[in-house]
Amino acid sequence: MSEITPEVVTHLASLARIALTDDEIARLTGELATIVDSVAKVSEVATPDVVATSHPIPLGTVMRADVPGETLTADQALSGAPERDGDRFRVSAILGEEQ
Amino acid sequence: MTPSTGSELIRLDASELAAKLAAGEVSSVEATQAHLDRIAAIDGDIHAFLHLNAAALETAAAIDTQRAAGETLSPLAGVPIAIKDVLCTLDMPSTAGSRILEGWIPPYDATVVARLRTAGLIPLGKTNMDEFAMGSSTEHSAYGNTHNPWDLTRIPGGSGGGSAAAVSSFEAPLALGSDTGGSIRQPAAVTGSVGMKPTYGGVSRYGAIALASSLDQVGPVTRTVLDAGLLHDVIGGHDPRDSTSIPDAWPSFAEAARAGTRDGAVRGLRIGVVRELSQEGQGFQPGVLQRFHESLALLEQQGAELVDVSAPAFDYAIAAYYLILPAEASSNLAKFDSVRFGLRVTPPGGGTVEQVMAATREAGFGDEVKRRVILGTYALSAGYYDAYYGSAQKVRTLIQDDFARAFAVCDVLATPSAPTTAFKLGSKLDDPLAMYVNDLTTIPANLAGVPGISLPAGLAPEDGLPVGIQFMAPAREDARLYTVGAALEQLLVAQWGGPLLAQAPVLP
Repeated sequence: MSEITPEVVTHLASLARIALTDDEIARLTGELATIVDSVAKVSEVATPDVVATSHPIPLGTVMRADVPGETLTADQALSGAPERDGDRFRVSAILGEEQ
Repeated sequence: MTPSTGSELIRLDASELAAKLAAGEVSSVEATQAHLDRIAAIDGDIHAFLHLNAAALETAAAIDTQRAAGETLSPLAGVPIAIKDVLCTLDMPSTAGSRILEGWIPPYDATVVARLRTAGLIPLGKTNMDEFAMGSSTEHSAYGNTHNPWDLTRIPGGSGGGSAAAVSSFEAPLALGSDTGGSIRQPAAVTGSVGMKPTYGGVSRYGAIALASSLDQVGPVTRTVLDAGLLHDVIGGHDPRDSTSIPDAWPSFAEAARAGTRDGAVRGLRIGVVRELSQEGQGFQPGVLQRFHESLALLEQQGAELVDVSAPAFDYAIAAYYLILPAEASSNLAKFDSVRFGLRVTPPGGGTVEQVMAATREAGFGDEVKRRVILGTYALSAGYYDAYYGSAQKVRTLIQDDFARAFAVCDVLATPSAPTTAFKLGSKLDDPLAMYVNDLTTIPANLAGVPGISLPAGLAPEDGLPVGIQFMAPAREDARLYTVGAALEQLLVAQWGGPLLAQAPVLP
């Protein structure tokens, strides 16, 4: 059995920056436990002698030629921003009051 | 010569329409208008589209002007196309089916979209999909369900249900999709259309909103194998903006499809039948297996050789996939942070940027996205990484080994494209695992990076709904799939007396 508890889900949600409701935490606890129990079967065949594959096609990073090209203007880059301040993204306070 | 009516124009394959455009028998404006009329008439029932391109007719007129001036145009110039909403478009919102990107207009085109425009294709609009491509039914879209043209109470597959439904209901002759675990091939299977997932790295991912970067691949959604080849020729090839893009040259896939229709095209072709994915008692609907084996028998009559192959690691593919995908997705979706684009939700009374982020992601992500992001965060967390993500990566090696052993004794592999025909809307929505199992036939190709194609194999006798057959080839051997696909398609269409979609119910 997996060790998915409401406390674990609450912690994961805080790491993932999702303000889950209590109802969602309760539902996800059950669903994730079922899913994790099911996918845990990978450990049956993942023996120490098997190497891991992270990328399907063996390929070094393909680099383009190092020449200047067109890039987005500041206006383009900021065009979808929820809030801007001149040429910058505007956000609320980075630090909480306790800091 | 009698001018073609709109209802005739929409039934043409892209290659037929392209020939009429080139011959001056029809204009791109007429063809585009015919498809816009079709969308206006039936998309209230289908809901394949999320946004329409207001400039479609204007773009079509520009192509007609270039043609009239005698300019040399590319083979698909003037042909309309639908674009999955996961792809960035400068002139239309790109939401990936998510509330968090509602109304977002990207500052650049995806490379595949830019290539379409250069080739003179006419974007009709953006198609519906499961949110961030997470799903097999398009029911996880934040913008409502898409309906299967064969039976409006059934799913069109997913995540690319909108593109498959648009093509199979004659709203568009061509569409683009993306395939992370089957999102091009499974919708093609359940709607009676053709879907191709190219070799990983064969088509640029630049501007495709990423789900799982080591699995995602953009590809064609069409009604014929030749059309898929023509579209693949337009969108494929190296892109300096995608560092995982294969730099090698590719053959013409349209030519590979044409080669498949010639006598003797499959003589001597060794087709590996994957034992783990072709037998009763593995969750396959009987009518799916029946049509699958009949298709193989047809190819055998033409001189292909059927080889029994075993791929035991495929039994672990779903488990590995549902660790690797959430892990990569949890990282990719971190960019939706309420700062640079998309939704921002401020909690009552304000809050720090972190609290705004959490409130935004709570409001902007749907249930399935939250489920997978939390699962991925778990799989990557300290203490569990080796047991889950690390083990899943080892399974990936075992699956690649199974493919390598199989391709030592055969040229292509065959499986049904999906275990069942289209299921009822709502029937698997409350059971994530039941939805995940649906991808069992398509996931191995993504994990190994090899190409896979799905084409119609007939209707299941028990429910009269489309069945798809999948072929897979070694990495970089996409051309083989077009050849064997076109060969089988020709044999089946002759047997049916016309394309399978001619048997679909008349809409509206």
